[in-house]
Amino acid sequence: MNPELVGRTFPPAPPYLVGREKVREFSRAVFATNPIHHEPDAARAAGYDDVVAPPTFAVVVQEATLAQLLAEPDAGIDFSRVVHGEQAFTYERPIVAGDELTATLTVTSVKTLGGNAMVTAESAVVDADGEHVVTATSTLVVRGGDA
Amino acid sequence: MSTAPVTAVEVGSVVAERDVHLTRDSLVRYAGASGDFNPIHYRDDVAASVGLPGVLAHGMLTMGLAVQPVSEWLGDRGWVVRYGVRFTRPVVVDPEQGATVGVVAKVGTVDEDGRPQRIDLTVTAAGQTVLGKAQVTVAFR
Repeated sequence: MNPELVGRTFPPAPPYLVGREKVREFSRAVFATNPIHHEPDAARAAGYDDVVAPPTFAVVVQEATLAQLLAEPDAGIDFSRVVHGEQAFTYERPIVAGDELTATLTVTSVKTLGGNAMVTAESAVVDADGEHVVTATSTLVVRGGDA
Repeated sequence: MSTAPVTAVEVGSVVAERDVHLTRDSLVRYAGASGDFNPIHYRDDVAASVGLPGVLAHGMLTMGLAVQPVSEWLGDRGWVVRYGVRFTRPVVVDPEQGATVGVVAKVGTVDEDGRPQRIDLTVTAAGQTVLGKAQVTVAFR
């Protein structure tokens, strides 16, 4: 993997409009049963504008930025050898339906360890007003040789 | 759903626990919801061809369901401000038997009022830990 990736920031991914039905669909898929994820009235009663996305929903928004990284011509990342090593989300506020989110990825570290390479990237997600909503951080492990 | 005020707790006490049974249907549902259509999560032949012991649950599905007992315990009293995990071992989902993921959420640190601040998850399948350093930081409203 190309160590000169560190510090590289990619162009913002196209805006992602969070749909109410997408939030419900994702919530069912991760066994999220709190009514604020499904019912607008419950979400409003709790002080939100619309249904609230579960904590890992940001991965859906982040995905387009990871695709940019994997497709970067000089990155040297063999997609077929990539394993998800670590994941984290740091929220300024929960994502709600109606948010228009834009994610921008920056590579923060590239390491080599025992024949494997590890790349860590942060995708900063902002809303339509440019306010920070969440940062999604992924560490991808690229297995070397026959490992 | 909890609505009672959050009171002081001891570090190490269990705030929530839950077993979630996954089937292949669960994986297909998550693939559609998340957009992750890697065939190792629904095709035995592809999983075998890359040397896996079977079809695996998406790591992000395991991560996503593991935080739910904490979210339910929190209810509308607060929200998750940080959540991070390491993917240490895959969850193999048998075509007939499925797989059961067990989650135990314990208080890791407390705030100045003694309320949970960081909650640590122990996430297991088939008797082995599948997520490492699974930590949820919560804030109260």
